[in-house]
Amino acid sequence: MLDLNSIKVGWFLGYRQIKRASLWTNLLIIIIMILTFLNLVVVSGLLVGLIEGAVVTIREHYISDIFISKLKEKNYIEDSQNIIATLQNIPGVSSFSPRYLVSGIIEANYQDRTDFNNLPEETAAIIAGIDFEKENAVTGLGSLIVEGEYLDNDDFDQVIVGAMLLDRYLDIDSPSFTVLRDVEIGSKIKLKIGDEAREVTVKGITRGKADEIDRRVFINDKQLRNMIGRSDLNVGEISIAVDDQYKPEFVRDVLLQNGFGRYARIQTFDEAQPKFIIDMKNTFALLGTIISSIGLIVAAITIFIVIFINAITRRKYIGIMKAIGTNGRSIELAYVFQSLIYAIVGSVIGLILVYVVLVPYFNGNPIDFPFSDGILVAPALVTMIRVCVLIVVTALAGYIPARIIVTKNTLDSILGRK
Amino acid sequence: MELIIKAKGIVKTFVDGEVETPVLKGIDLEIKRGEFLSIMGRSGAGKSTLIYQLGLLDEPTGGQIDINGTDTLALNWSKKTDFRLKYLGYVFQDYALVPELTAVENVALPLLMRGIQTNKALEKAREVLHTLELHQQVNNFPSQLSGGEQQRVSIARAIVDEPEIIFCDEPTANLDSLSARVVIDILKKLNKSGQTIVMVTHEDEYARQTDRIIKLADGLIESEEILTPAK
Ligand SMILES: Nc1ncnc2c1ncn2[C@@H]1O[C@H](COP(=O)(O)OP(=O)(O)OP(=O)(O)O)[C@@H](O)[C@H]1O
Ligand SMILES: [Mg+2]
Repeated sequence: MLDLNSIKVGWFLGYRQIKRASLWTNLLIIIIMILTFLNLVVVSGLLVGLIEGAVVTIREHYISDIFISKLKEKNYIEDSQNIIATLQNIPGVSSFSPRYLVSGIIEANYQDRTDFNNLPEETAAIIAGIDFEKENAVTGLGSLIVEGEYLDNDDFDQVIVGAMLLDRYLDIDSPSFTVLRDVEIGSKIKLKIGDEAREVTVKGITRGKADEIDRRVFINDKQLRNMIGRSDLNVGEISIAVDDQYKPEFVRDVLLQNGFGRYARIQTFDEAQPKFIIDMKNTFALLGTIISSIGLIVAAITIFIVIFINAITRRKYIGIMKAIGTNGRSIELAYVFQSLIYAIVGSVIGLILVYVVLVPYFNGNPIDFPFSDGILVAPALVTMIRVCVLIVVTALAGYIPARIIVTKNTLDSILGRK
Repeated sequence: MELIIKAKGIVKTFVDGEVETPVLKGIDLEIKRGEFLSIMGRSGAGKSTLIYQLGLLDEPTGGQIDINGTDTLALNWSKKTDFRLKYLGYVFQDYALVPELTAVENVALPLLMRGIQTNKALEKAREVLHTLELHQQVNNFPSQLSGGEQQRVSIARAIVDEPEIIFCDEPTANLDSLSARVVIDILKKLNKSGQTIVMVTHEDEYARQTDRIIKLADGLIESEEILTPAK
C-alpha cells in the first residue's frame, strides 16, 4: 500500500502545506519540538550528570585510572616498595601517588579551652601522608585548595585539611558528624595518632566534594612515617594515572602478572567505582526517562491536536482531493511528512543547542550541587535513540488524526455533512 | 452512437435513524459518448444527488451504473478512487481548489497521482491553463483569483488528465453572467472536440446550448428534450 507515487504526492502536498502555513504556527510547533527534544535529552542528561559529576570528581581527584588498595584484613599494602619500584618501569604509567593512611583524631581550640567539664573539640579523621608533588601530578590536589595554599615536600608540621572537617563548609548539622569550629588558615590543631600527639599549622583547605578528599588531613609522608614509627615503607593506597595511549587494564594486568594481587587489590577505575554510584546512576537515568517520557507524550498530543485541527478544517479539501482521484495514502503521508519536518527541524536545532551550547556550557560551569559538580551527560548513541523515538512518535501523532479524517466519506467531507 | 454511461433504476434513499428520505426513485439514464447533457429541476429535486451517483462520489441505494463498460458499483473503495482518477473529472459550484496549492499545482495534482513526473505534470498543467487564457495567473493561489478565474482553473484541473466524462454541478451559479458565459463557452468547445459532459444548471439559457436536457422532479425524470438530434 505504500507505493512510491503516494510518497511523492504526499511530499508534494505536505511540503507545500508547511511552506504556506502561517509562520507563527510553524514557529510555535517547532519550538514545542525543540523543548520536547531538550526535555528528552537534557533532563535525564542532567540527572545522570549529577552523579557523573561525582564520578568524575572521584576519578580525577582521588582514584585516578588505577587504584591499589590494601587487602581487607591488612592494615596496609605489604610489599609496597616492590610495587612502587615496578610502577616506575611499567610503560604507560604517567604518574602515581602512594599514600600512608592512619586514623587519628584532630583537636582544635585546645589553647582557649577553659571549661574542662566540656568535651574537647575534636573529630576523627583519616590522616594521609603524601608526597605533595606526586599527589598533585596524579590528582591535582593542589587545584582543590579553596583557602590558603598547597604544601611542598619540605613543609613540616603543616597540614592541608579537608573542608568537611570544618563546620563552615558543612551545610548539614549532624550529631554523628562532628566538625571543628573556628579553624582558619594559620590555626594550630593537634593531630593525635594512638598515643602520639603533634601540633601542626593549617596551611590550606581542600574541597573536592568527595568524602575521600574532604574528610582527610594531608601531611608530609616522611613526617607521618616518623610519627607512627613506620619503617617498612608500606603504604595504604596508591593512585595511578595512565597515559591516554595505554589502556588502564594493561597496567593492571602487568601488576597482577607480577603477583602483587597477593598483597593488594588492584583495580581500574571502572572496577573501583562504588556500587552505590552505579545504582544511583541507573536510578537517575530511569527517573530521567520517566520524566522525558511524559514530555514526549505531551508533545505527541500537541502534534496530534495540531494535525487533527488542521485536517478537520481542511476536511472539505481532503474530500475534494479524494474526489479528483488523490488516494488517501498520499494525503495521510502529507501529514506524516509535515510532522516529520517539524520533528526533524526541532531535533536538529535541539541537537545544536545541546552539543554546541549546553554541554560545553555545563562542562565549563558545572552546577554546584552539595555532593557533586553537575554536568550534562548526553552520549551520542543515547541521544540518537531519543531523536529516533521522537521522530517515530511524532510521525505517528501526525498519521493517526490524518487517517481519521481521510477515511471519512468523501462526499460527506466535500459537503461538510456529519 | 456508443453509450458511455448506462444507468438503470438508480435509487437513493437517505436514512437517518427512523427517517427515510427517498430522493432518487429509480432513474434510468443513458448518455452517449461525446454528448453534452444538462440536468435541470427545482431546488431539492435531486440533481446533485444524481450527479454524485453517476460520478461515483456516492453509493446508490439501488440500481446499476455502467461507465465505459465497467460495472462501477462492483468496484471497491480504492478501485473507485482509481476509476475516478482515470475516467472522471469534476467541476464544483464553489470551484473547490486546494488553497495551499497554486493554480498550476492544483491542475497538476491529478497528473501527479497518475505517476507523471512533477516537472512534466506542471508543464502540462501550465499548457492547459494557457488554453483557458490564464497565463497571468498560473502561480496565483486560489485566494488571489476571481471567481471566474477559479472556475476556469477548476475546469483545467478536471480536463488536464483527459477524462472520459466531466461532471459539472452548477458551474456557473456563483459567477456573474460574463464569467458564466466564458465557462459555458469553454465547456462547449471541449464538447466540440469530443468531451462528454454532464452539467447541472438552473439557467435555461445555458441548458439550451447543450445537446439534451432532462428535468428531474420528485426523484424521477419528468421530461426530456433533445436539442441536437444528430448526436
Ligand atoms: N445526506 C442527506 N440526508 C438527507 N437528505 C438529503 C441528504 N442529501 C440531500 N438530501 C435531500 O435530497 C434532496 C435532493 O438534494 P439535492 O442536493 O440533490 O438537490 P438539488 O436538486 O441539487 O438542489 P439544488 O438545486 O438546491 O442544488 C433534498 O431534498 C435534500 O434535502
Ligand atoms: Mg445541487
